[in-house]
Amino acid sequence: MSNQMVKGNTAVVIGAMYAGCDCFFGYPITPASEILHEASKYFPMVGRNFVQAESEEASINMVYGASGTGHRVMTSSSGPGISLMQEGFTFLAGAELPAVIVDIMRAGPGLGNIGPEQGDYNQVVKGGGHGNYKNMVLAPNSVQEMCDLTMKAFELADKWRNPVVVLADGTLGQMAEPLVFPEKAVEPKNDKPWAVKGTEETMDNLITSIYNDFNELEDFNFKLQEKYAQIEAEEVIYEEYQLEDADIVLVSFGISSRIARSAVDKSRQKGVKAGLLRPITLSPFPVDKVKELADKGVSFISVEMSNGQLLADVQFAALRKEDTHLVNRMGGNLIELKHVLAKIYEIAGIEDEDIDLSERSEEKASPNIID
Amino acid sequence: MSDKENKDYELKVRRNPQSLLEEYPRKGTNIQSTHYCAGCGHGILHKLIAECMDELGIQERCVMISPVGCSVYAYFYFNCGNFQTAHGRAPAVATGISRAEDNAIVMSYQGDGDLASIGLNETLQAANRGEKIAVFFVNNTVYGMTGGQMAPTTLIGEKTVTCQTGRDPDYAGHPTHMCELINTLKAPVFIERVSLANPLKIRLAKFAIKQALTVQKEGKGYSFVEVLSPCPTNLKQDVASAQKFIEEQMEKEFPVKNFRNNMYTKEPVQRPASDFSTESLDKIFNVNRGEGSGYVDEDIEPVSIKVSGFGGQGVLSAGLTIAQAACAEGKHVSWYPSYGPEQRGGKSNCSVVISNETIGTPVVDDIDILIALNKPSLEQFSQDVKEGGVILYDSKIGEFETDRNVKVIAMPCVDIAEEHGNARTANTALLGALTELGDVLKRESYENAIREMFASKPKVIDVNIEVLEAGAEWIKNNY
Repeated sequence: MSNQMVKGNTAVVIGAMYAGCDCFFGYPITPASEILHEASKYFPMVGRNFVQAESEEASINMVYGASGTGHRVMTSSSGPGISLMQEGFTFLAGAELPAVIVDIMRAGPGLGNIGPEQGDYNQVVKGGGHGNYKNMVLAPNSVQEMCDLTMKAFELADKWRNPVVVLADGTLGQMAEPLVFPEKAVEPKNDKPWAVKGTEETMDNLITSIYNDFNELEDFNFKLQEKYAQIEAEEVIYEEYQLEDADIVLVSFGISSRIARSAVDKSRQKGVKAGLLRPITLSPFPVDKVKELADKGVSFISVEMSNGQLLADVQFAALRKEDTHLVNRMGGNLIELKHVLAKIYEIAGIEDEDIDLSERSEEKASPNIID
Repeated sequence: MSDKENKDYELKVRRNPQSLLEEYPRKGTNIQSTHYCAGCGHGILHKLIAECMDELGIQERCVMISPVGCSVYAYFYFNCGNFQTAHGRAPAVATGISRAEDNAIVMSYQGDGDLASIGLNETLQAANRGEKIAVFFVNNTVYGMTGGQMAPTTLIGEKTVTCQTGRDPDYAGHPTHMCELINTLKAPVFIERVSLANPLKIRLAKFAIKQALTVQKEGKGYSFVEVLSPCPTNLKQDVASAQKFIEEQMEKEFPVKNFRNNMYTKEPVQRPASDFSTESLDKIFNVNRGEGSGYVDEDIEPVSIKVSGFGGQGVLSAGLTIAQAACAEGKHVSWYPSYGPEQRGGKSNCSVVISNETIGTPVVDDIDILIALNKPSLEQFSQDVKEGGVILYDSKIGEFETDRNVKVIAMPCVDIAEEHGNARTANTALLGALTELGDVLKRESYENAIREMFASKPKVIDVNIEVLEAGAEWIKNNY
């Protein structure tokens, strides 16, 4: 088999390069640095552009410039760096420029630590910069998806002229799994009519987010909202696992969803009808699917490595707070299977003496060292 | 002179350069005159740049970047591709444009707040990288658009709305000298400070601008022109006093001169064309399309393996070798590393899950096979080994017993490794044992995995394969 054992961070670079990404701009930060390392290695091998920027602010603005020329471009970072990029996100959204940003989340707030967390959910999904804009957000949960969804991100960014974030975490970045390589590489045409390339044909083009006239800016804002509504109608992706007859629905994305999936399998062995709804697009969020399940009267458990940021979206989509539950860890701790199982059994009214929640695991994930 | 010639002459003087638009109808405005104040230096500088673009024949290749500041609308006027950017970020944006479009002539037009305050880092870094961009820095010692606040270049004693009794260096520092600062860097090709104080100086300024743009036309690297410019509105000056202020005060603080001109000696910087072909990518990532890809559909029981020990014992790479072998057989497999609170020399372990279907959690809590290379990890993880599972450990750890239904194997893996002359291969001896303990993976797959793992250190491949075999033999003879 030509499958290769690849780390998640490397898979991002592979996906980007097969998607025809021409420029990579980035600044070091654990646990996303490997993406930068791999890009610095592979991009120049095929004559593509790599710049180690002086800061995340510079990275995202290099992305702005290069994207304005119509090329496929990207950057990657982790929480603190993504916070710094928020200015760039809103300018990209305001100038309607396509761009791919990969966020390998670490634990916060502040400098926090380098363990995995999903606490960037709000700043990425809700759009952490100023103004009435939204990012599109894709959430891989395997090495294969780190590659495939990065490719998809470029396609969506071009299609909708919008920043697209691939939201993963330190664990997904560090773990290795077999990667089935993309069937073929995208050879971008760069025929975007709005691009400014320093050519006669593109001389009249202008990349800007300025609308001086209040009504014009309001119209532009309405236009953006229409775009987001259309995205919501066309681009929602989610995975259903054992949902058909489920009474208890786990909602989870990224690495947490892997643990949630195992929890579904385990609890089904005990006769509990559990299922998993995994949003693959966090923005647009699978609102209709959540509502449909809510109307069937299921219990929801949000399984997340954050403080209920995902739960809030589940409740909002379900139009109810009752019978929605949270299982979470923070601070760099991976969710443990037993915590998810304990909540499922509690809701199902089952006793399981094997589950011992007294001990708090000292194990941390996501090392940046390899022996 | 005939009448006809005379008419041509008049047309020529009255017309703007081609590189400036005749009218400015862009983006919701309908103005036919500029938005700049009377007596402002921006208009003069715009025209000088545009004339140089015309004269050098580079208009079509030009991309102008408008900053945040009074020149935020530079795109109203320049007849070429235009970008408008965030405050201070123009040099980063310029870098992105220039790297993506090597043939574009990228100009960054910035004021003193934008370039020397909020964007100082981007300014210096782009200069230091020698980006192929021309930077026009308008220094008028004051923030214009936001209403006359102190700028990095405000002179000592000069009054602004945020230093109302005059700039006091003990509280607000000294004026920033950008040409001098950039002149400390090696990469820039052209650095000059010019003044717009009078018509003669304006002619000289144009000469510098033309040289800065020639550097770009020839793709040679970074050029920087600082322009001392009047701001009669914010400095509350009339035409005469604005001129006087520049000549008698600004030029004293900021000497007008050329700081560097390497345009005749510097070679052009050429960047390669991007290759997007599948073939080239397959080559750099070693993709062998002939082998087929995907997963083999077979009936196996999922296996969860934990390899654990001290950091530096080859714990993670042993796990990765197992995973690699499983991957080559077309199995689903995940490898997940984890470590204790210490960064070095602490506990280290990895989980490997092998399955015939999509793997849920990559963290192994119920262990089928535990490989332990040190005592603490043996003690910690042995409790998590399932009934009927296997514990395989380095016999140097000492005696270990359990009353549970678990097969416990103490293996002299270090001795086996040393017999083959390389104690560092002890973890490979344990893998050799693994090949005989279950029928999950083929021996051949482990061998191939070892070859792949040590591809960059071919010298140790043979010894590792020998030790792998020796490990397997040991198990056959002893269990």
